[in-house]
Amino acid sequence: MCGIAGLFLKDQSLEGDLGGLMAGMLSALGDRGPDSTGFAVYGTESPGSVKLTLRGPQNFDFRPLVEMLSEAVGEPTLAHRRHDSHVVVSIPATREPAARDALRALQQDISIVGSGRRMELFKEIGRPEQVTQRFGLAKMRGTHAIGHTRMATESAVTTDGAHPFTTGADQCLVHNGSLSNHNAVRRDLVRQGLTFRTDNDSEVAAGFITSQLTRGRSLEQAMEASLDALDGFYTFVIGTEFGLGVLRDPIACKPAVMAETRQWVAFGTEYRALVDLPGIALAKVWEPEPARTYRWERH
Amino acid sequence: MPEVDLARDSVRSLNAALHALPAETNETHWRVLNPRGQHAIAAGLDWPVFVEIDGHVGYYCAGMNKLANVTVHGNAGQGVAENMMSGHVRVKGDASQAAGATGRGGLLVIEGNASARCGISMKGVDIVVQGSVGHLSAFMGQAGNLVVLGDAGEALGDSIYEARLYVRGAVKSLGADCIEKELSDRHKQDLRRLLDAAGVGGAVDVDEFRRYGSARKLYHFHIDNVGAY
Repeated sequence: MCGIAGLFLKDQSLEGDLGGLMAGMLSALGDRGPDSTGFAVYGTESPGSVKLTLRGPQNFDFRPLVEMLSEAVGEPTLAHRRHDSHVVVSIPATREPAARDALRALQQDISIVGSGRRMELFKEIGRPEQVTQRFGLAKMRGTHAIGHTRMATESAVTTDGAHPFTTGADQCLVHNGSLSNHNAVRRDLVRQGLTFRTDNDSEVAAGFITSQLTRGRSLEQAMEASLDALDGFYTFVIGTEFGLGVLRDPIACKPAVMAETRQWVAFGTEYRALVDLPGIALAKVWEPEPARTYRWERH
Repeated sequence: MPEVDLARDSVRSLNAALHALPAETNETHWRVLNPRGQHAIAAGLDWPVFVEIDGHVGYYCAGMNKLANVTVHGNAGQGVAENMMSGHVRVKGDASQAAGATGRGGLLVIEGNASARCGISMKGVDIVVQGSVGHLSAFMGQAGNLVVLGDAGEALGDSIYEARLYVRGAVKSLGADCIEKELSDRHKQDLRRLLDAAGVGGAVDVDEFRRYGSARKLYHFHIDNVGAY
């Protein structure tokens, strides 16, 4: 099962509604994935800054952590926003390595769940209506977002096993399906220098896309290469700094529906995820074809 | 005419009401509003009642249909009219995968396109698709007719038994043991009957179709394969 959703706004006037729309889409997919929920929102960038999304234990006091990071990068208190068990900290891009070194040296249960100029990433165990509320998704604004409701099949129900998986700055992926050759692909990618946090097959797919993009390939080329390299059942929605990609395996066992209006393009595992989007009644609704790449990007 | 608004009432209560209709009912024309992609709408009907659904439906709409006439004024999700026994199901838009799967009888009409595995394991149902069908359509089709006015995707009729396939447009590839066969006068008459029943007869020339079916080499025992058992 699992449910995935993606929303790319073409109309700037909807950017304030992005989080609310994505929260509704994910809630509609709760029956397909009650184990854990996650989403990535591409919001505003601050020139020269990188956002790190950090996760701590429940009820963790992030203030000393932010002070420690501020000191490590040699800045007054860094801009930061808390969202339940996560905090988003803005760091001068040139000082990101120093911040990562400081976090590595820390003897605390803090993980970097996402990084990038625009991407913020949140995931926790639980049903989507609860998790999205805890993080305050409905209030988040941005240009595009992807999300996932997970029914775990091949690895444990943990926060690290929740989607989206990110393996590079501003890059993430949500997956419905299962890959059969992920161990072999993971070994290749590890040899290339990528690191993985979990044994999850979907993280390998994210890593594969990252390895392609790092070599200067376009999102479309990266998705085409996935068709050759990845074996198994998959529907992917991929987020980048500039937009979304959608890819289904050639057999297309996993369901997928897309809709488009002049204001937005949306992806849902089921049409139920799309029913509350503005103007859905007049949207073009279609099923993405197997083994065909779809992408929407802004530059 | 009974009207059920699924923004207010549950699919379960709608289906229960349709299943409970007595034989002498006068409530033979139902309208369903706001389906919002919900699953199993109007599934398991077994009485000649007319049900119109205003909007897109989710999975298994009109599944197991018997005698009833169900029209979807929108798109249908996976497995529309799966295992239908008789009656008439019509989708005014597109249908997702496995439309008419395992159907045993009746007529399924898709006015738009149907995606992969349309008519998979069909066992006597007639399916008319006015658009195109996706890959592996009529996979292991045992009986019945699949008529496609548009194109067919890869591996049409893979491992087919005795279902008959008529395609007007291009076929991307034929599946294992599926071959083109002669379109005889008898088949043209049959095709005309199916097109008329689907309500598209007049505008369509049956000579534009090609017929596909089983080469019967896969499912009949062949003495050369005796060593394999």
